Amino acid sequence: MKLLIILIVVLAIIAIAQLTKVYEMSRSLRKNKEEDIPAADNKMNASLWLVWMFVFFCATIYLYIKYGNYLPESASEHGVAMDQLMLVNIALITVVFFIVNFFLFYFAWKYQYKKGNKAKFFAHDNRLEMLWTLVPGVTLAFIIVYGLITWNAITGPASADAIQIEVYSRQFDWTVRYSGDDKTFGASSFNLISSSNPLGLISAEGIREKLEEIEGDIENLESQIKANESDHLLPESYVKSLEDRVYRLKRHKQRIMDLDETEVNGLSTWETGFDDKVVKGEMHIPVNKEVEFIFRSQDVIHSAYMPHFRAQMNTVPGTPTRFKMKPTITTAEMRNKLGDSNFDYILLCNKVCGAAHFNMQMKIVVETEEEYNAWLAAQKEVKAPETEEEGDSAGAESEKKDTVTTAMKP
Amino acid sequence: MIKMESTGHAHDHGHHHKESFISKYIFSQDHKMISKQFLVTAIFMGVIAVMLSIFFRLQLGWPGEKFDILNAFLGDKWAPDGILDKNAYLALVTIHGTIMVFFVLTGGLSGTFANLLIPLQIGARDMASGFLNMLSYWFFLISSIIMVASLFVEGGAASGGWTIYPPLSVLPQAMPGSGMGMTLWLISMVLFVASSLIGGLNYVVTIINLRTKGMKMTRMPLTIWALLVTAILGILSFPVLVSAVVLLLMDRMAGTAFYLSDIYIGGEALDVTGGSPILFQHLFWFLGHPEVYIVLLPALGISSEIISTNSRKPIFGYKAMIGSILAIGFLSFIVWGHHMYVTGMNPFLGSVFVFTTLLIAIPSAVKAFNYITTMWKGNIRFTPAMLFSVGLVSTFVTGGLTGIILADSALDVNVHDTYFVVAHFHIVMGMSAIFGMLGGIYHWFPKMFGRMMNNKLGYAHFWLTLVCGFGVFFPMHFVGMAGSPRRYYAYSEFEFLDWVQDLNPVISTFAIVGGAAQILFLINFFHSMFYGQKASQNPWHSNTLEWTTPVQHIHGNWPGALPEVHRWAYDYSNPDHEEDYVPQVVPLKPGEHAH
Repeated sequence: MKLLIILIVVLAIIAIAQLTKVYEMSRSLRKNKEEDIPAADNKMNASLWLVWMFVFFCATIYLYIKYGNYLPESASEHGVAMDQLMLVNIALITVVFFIVNFFLFYFAWKYQYKKGNKAKFFAHDNRLEMLWTLVPGVTLAFIIVYGLITWNAITGPASADAIQIEVYSRQFDWTVRYSGDDKTFGASSFNLISSSNPLGLISAEGIREKLEEIEGDIENLESQIKANESDHLLPESYVKSLEDRVYRLKRHKQRIMDLDETEVNGLSTWETGFDDKVVKGEMHIPVNKEVEFIFRSQDVIHSAYMPHFRAQMNTVPGTPTRFKMKPTITTAEMRNKLGDSNFDYILLCNKVCGAAHFNMQMKIVVETEEEYNAWLAAQKEVKAPETEEEGDSAGAESEKKDTVTTAMKP
Repeated sequence: MIKMESTGHAHDHGHHHKESFISKYIFSQDHKMISKQFLVTAIFMGVIAVMLSIFFRLQLGWPGEKFDILNAFLGDKWAPDGILDKNAYLALVTIHGTIMVFFVLTGGLSGTFANLLIPLQIGARDMASGFLNMLSYWFFLISSIIMVASLFVEGGAASGGWTIYPPLSVLPQAMPGSGMGMTLWLISMVLFVASSLIGGLNYVVTIINLRTKGMKMTRMPLTIWALLVTAILGILSFPVLVSAVVLLLMDRMAGTAFYLSDIYIGGEALDVTGGSPILFQHLFWFLGHPEVYIVLLPALGISSEIISTNSRKPIFGYKAMIGSILAIGFLSFIVWGHHMYVTGMNPFLGSVFVFTTLLIAIPSAVKAFNYITTMWKGNIRFTPAMLFSVGLVSTFVTGGLTGIILADSALDVNVHDTYFVVAHFHIVMGMSAIFGMLGGIYHWFPKMFGRMMNNKLGYAHFWLTLVCGFGVFFPMHFVGMAGSPRRYYAYSEFEFLDWVQDLNPVISTFAIVGGAAQILFLINFFHSMFYGQKASQNPWHSNTLEWTTPVQHIHGNWPGALPEVHRWAYDYSNPDHEEDYVPQVVPLKPGEHAH
């Protein structure tokens, strides 16, 4: 098979080369010079421009008709304004596309070389040039103003009663966090991320556990290094890597101890996280309520793209980003409209992030407020309130403070 | 070798130099030879880039199907059983983009035509510094070799896209391509920028200082104007890329955190805080956007020359053309943020970039209309070069228009990083610049090699390339508007994209045919180089100075004194003259006004 392909390619190359040679020879017999374009060739190329124009325009129209309805109607409020803007822009550029390409191809045919003709010496014309500076200028002014009005509406601050939802990305999945009854997200830090705490939520208990874990690791590594000091069994490079690891663990520990407890609305952000709800792989949002997404990323830049809502925002490690929108069509309504009972809104990653980038997705469910509330109520809180064990958790708190203070001593 | 001076000594002994093979063909300091070295290297790189694109188009057109050819070229590791590996796919996409943008359309296009045309069209014996010019090529060649070599390292080539956004490009834990492959990418790019800067400085100095008598700035052919502005853009923006790349190297190798913050990957919280990945994007696009015009302007300059010559008409609005080149060059520095509307950048900053970006459409529109008016009432001769130049105007207009949508931040939100963007920049930048480059090759081949290329093959090459080019990129607009993100290995995982998937095999088929059509060009190019018909001195009846040099190349370009320029480059079909062209060296008739 491989051989066959290579053989065909080689034969084709030889054939073309031979044909060229024959052509060259016959041409030299006729004493034609390559630099003089024969009238027939010139005419053929001129005519081909018309053929091409016809094909190109027909193909364009076909594509517009068949694929012009690029997405279902926008399922968000701002998306409707955006689609309107898109329509105006597309209409405008389509008109210009046809007109300019028409003149280009038409002139190419119309003004083809004719024997005895002399071209018109027409070097400049200020009025014409002014015309096609001003007309695009005015058109663009319109596009800019119209576009910026829409842009400002999209990017304005979210209203005070908007539901805040945190969307958290990592290779290669999405996690969603709801803020619970206190409407305040608990603080988080990448230093505390573990398999049991995928978002790195900060809590006194979590800090204590993590510090213990790190201290255990350090102790373990240091004892290995110490043992080696007497018997020198380990290769030097390995010891070096151990020391390096200890150094990094100590820095990690210090970063955790540097975490500050802050307060929002009189509540510690180390505790407001207890009633947060973390959901993986599926996001529910209520219809006709403004939602403000807060995007965070764990590892590399991803992008949360929700084409049905005309929404997109990059998720950047270290820098939270935001996007607000108001969904207007529930999943059930959209299924009806499309006549597709399997339809689901989708959030997909739109910034290359690694091998499984092409399948980093999350289902979005838009539902009525009642359905949404019921669904949310059924989700598990990060840590259920343990009212009867009040004393215990206070104890844990002071214990943690102890750990921190002792650890900070040299 | 002798350092050439623009003025002064007659140099009629130039062709008597006895030269060894090495000093003539390899370590040459002659701008004409260096130009050919750039061209041949770029063609080689271009072939690789096209092949890579066909490999990944096979996967995109027929995802999951087995292709022996993939296995044959990429081996069992990257294409086991003939199915492209996911990481290998990203590596192919990345290296395709890198090679095309930097090595073919920056190094190749500017390197070839700046070297060939600047001294010849301004009437200089050579570049200001032949040695630096040679150095520029060798840096280019070494960086090309490193870039190609990076395809063969363990873990594969860089895979984060040609824009190599951190943290992805910093962390080998994130993808195998961010290991050795990325290090080589970065090293190659530093060398490439060195080449570009050395070359660019040389071009600017040469144009400013070594113009022959009478070659005022306002008499220079538009090619030279375009190459001048291109070189200035490169000098001002490439150093910023180097700093971005060096900081990235530090993040990778020296444990710094310029671009990194709050990262947990591979089961470990990295020891990085306080950096910003967005900083890299600002630095990158501060080069990246002027880069678009570094690619495009030489092509526009070349096509101005070709369209005017072959329409037998002066270029319409010469001064407006210069003005729009300058305006585009200036504006290109204050629009980079339009690549970053959805990075969380302050929305007000976004609106400023909307404004500046859309302003670029005005000088671009002026250029497009001026080309068309140049053809109006012309007497058009369709050489292959002319076909490519007319094609360029079409791609420039067609691709430029969709830029209006992408520049509009409110619309960009929904099409950002989709195939709509891929369609846009491949048409406006990729096709236009390639057409400019191919047109330039067909037009100046007689000057480079003293022989003619075959027209018939050139015609076939052009029409196939035009049809396939649009066939590949035009449908992508629709794939993108339907919501297909770029750099996806397959589109099989999303039901809502199913209905546009029938376009992908069509696109891939056009890509394969279009790629194969380039074989016609390669045959024509290499065959004509040795066996083409001998060219006459001024085959296209052109006005510019390069056609007053002897067909056989000599050092110093002109035997005897340097030519003196008496008129602008566009006196075609001047009613005061019998012939339909009046070369720049022809003195004004009594009573005739210079343009």
